[in-house]
Amino acid sequence: MTDRPIVAPEVVPSRMRRALDSDLFYAFKRSPVAIVSAVVAAILILSAVFAPLIAPTNPFDPSSLNLMNGFTPPMAPNAFTGDTFLLGTDDQGRDVFSTILYGMRISLFVGFAAVLFAVVLGIFLGLLAGYFGGWADSFIMRAADVQLTFPSILVAMLIFGIAKGITPVENRDQMAIWVLILAIGLSDWVQFARVVRGATLVEKGKDYVSAARLIGRRPYAIMLRHILPNILSPVLVIATISLALAIIAEATLSFLGVGAPATQPSLGTLIRVGQGFLFSGEWWILFFPACTLLALALSVNMLGDWLRDALNPRLK
Amino acid sequence: MLPFILKRVFQSLLVLIITGAIAFSMFTFVGDPIDNMLGQERTMEDVERLRAQLGLDQPIPVQYVKFLGEAVQGNFGVSYRQGREVSEIIKERAPATLELAALSAVFAIVVGIALGVFTAIRRDGFVANFIMSSSLIGVSLPTFLIGILLIYLFSVELGWLPSFGRGEVVRVGWWSTGFLTETGLKALILPSITLGLYQMTLIMRLVRSEMLEVLRQDYIRFARARGLSERVINFRHALKNTMVPVITVIGLQLGAIIAFAIITETVFQWPGLGLLFINAIQFVDIPVMAAYLMMISVMFVVINLLVDILYAFIDPRLRVSAK
Repeated sequence: MTDRPIVAPEVVPSRMRRALDSDLFYAFKRSPVAIVSAVVAAILILSAVFAPLIAPTNPFDPSSLNLMNGFTPPMAPNAFTGDTFLLGTDDQGRDVFSTILYGMRISLFVGFAAVLFAVVLGIFLGLLAGYFGGWADSFIMRAADVQLTFPSILVAMLIFGIAKGITPVENRDQMAIWVLILAIGLSDWVQFARVVRGATLVEKGKDYVSAARLIGRRPYAIMLRHILPNILSPVLVIATISLALAIIAEATLSFLGVGAPATQPSLGTLIRVGQGFLFSGEWWILFFPACTLLALALSVNMLGDWLRDALNPRLK
Repeated sequence: MLPFILKRVFQSLLVLIITGAIAFSMFTFVGDPIDNMLGQERTMEDVERLRAQLGLDQPIPVQYVKFLGEAVQGNFGVSYRQGREVSEIIKERAPATLELAALSAVFAIVVGIALGVFTAIRRDGFVANFIMSSSLIGVSLPTFLIGILLIYLFSVELGWLPSFGRGEVVRVGWWSTGFLTETGLKALILPSITLGLYQMTLIMRLVRSEMLEVLRQDYIRFARARGLSERVINFRHALKNTMVPVITVIGLQLGAIIAFAIITETVFQWPGLGLLFINAIQFVDIPVMAAYLMMISVMFVVINLLVDILYAFIDPRLRVSAK
């Protein structure tokens, strides 16, 4: 037996533990607004993801529909069939609750995919512009300036119109969702590129970047492995707020009839359809999708606002 | 000053040349205009004749230069869908959008400034707080939902105002106006509130924060010490000094109003340029899309340029840094 002191093994906290101990989670626990928005957003997102399990009917399966069930008011039995629907049915007898769940899937899918596309494109171009400077920088940033001259919804409409023109007529409905993602994503990359470029310019001058360069790491490795992890928090904030805006943009485009087709209705398409029944008194076809859209956009937006304040050290 | 303006003018021209190229490539690469204009029953001679007539048999750079020349004269060819001159259609639709946009801008500016001043002066009052918190909801509501909500309240439930169209219009020369008839005026109310609401809240919040900033300054305290009435202090001294940023925002938002008219016009089936553009996208009517794109880019570029120049006149620091 040697009398070497017993060294307690260093405890490496698990990822979960570290996340729960972080400042961010502490701030989260103390903000009722953040908790409520997070819960609402989580419920909505989960119910969209598990829509096939939750929804009483599949609104895209014609065999489950009964035209006799058309225009059933919420929580009241249908006059002909006696069926009751939680949120009523639309003109074709589709359960509004189910169409909302499935519609939210499309809205959220387009929203997430469009923001992801914008983030990846924005980070890529922003890193290039910030790290290399020179003509790449001027070219990318001039393009950003030109695009910023116009409101992004207008840019998205235009891209949608052009892409629709390029796709063959018979594929247009199937391609519409992807075209929508492309249009919203392309209309949104500028702000990510600008923020990433600015942050990259700051990080580029720091010692760890010089050190990485000195040991001979290649520019792309430096950008992706060294600089990128250090500039992600502003990107995360903008991405969250962008998600709310992308959901609204998708709804707006679909409402205007230049988005998700009637065969794959998103929340915006449902509102567009519901507007037609506003005058005949079937308010529920419009009302519930509109409320869902609002709850979704508001909760994500407030979460983004909170995140911005929580991650901004100047406000502490 | 001159180098600054020249630089801005150059940038604006660049934007226009790029949007021109986009508009032109829409013509060249999106769909085949011959397919769009001739139906199923056509002969090869028809196709060749139309191709030559439209100048599509010439090399692309030649077509681009010709396109720019025509575009400068406001000539965008014939709508695929309506078979009429695009410039003709635009001339017919423009008054509806411009009247709507003008009224929304007036609404946004007048109500926005009034509410902004009010909420700043009564910053702790119940009504002011209520206005401020409801403005937050107003900003987060998508425009089309606001329109539907207003239609539901004032057209469906109360039946006071029409829910679509322009009402009766009076023709003054080529201009058609809704300002001269009762139905025309009534039809303008809901759409212009819908369109102007976002800008109204924006102006209101800006005026409020600027006012609060200014009211804290020494010269306001001094004015109060001199015994000037609240009215003179608030409006003559304070409001005047909040106007610089407000004017800038108003200028930049004018373009946004015309662009967002697309949404409002669709909700209210308002027969203006926005509805024309949306229908053009739905039916891939390239000449109309291109014409709208060019028109709106000229407008945005001119507005941005004017605001920049105005800003440089007001704020001398910008002039120095531009050199």
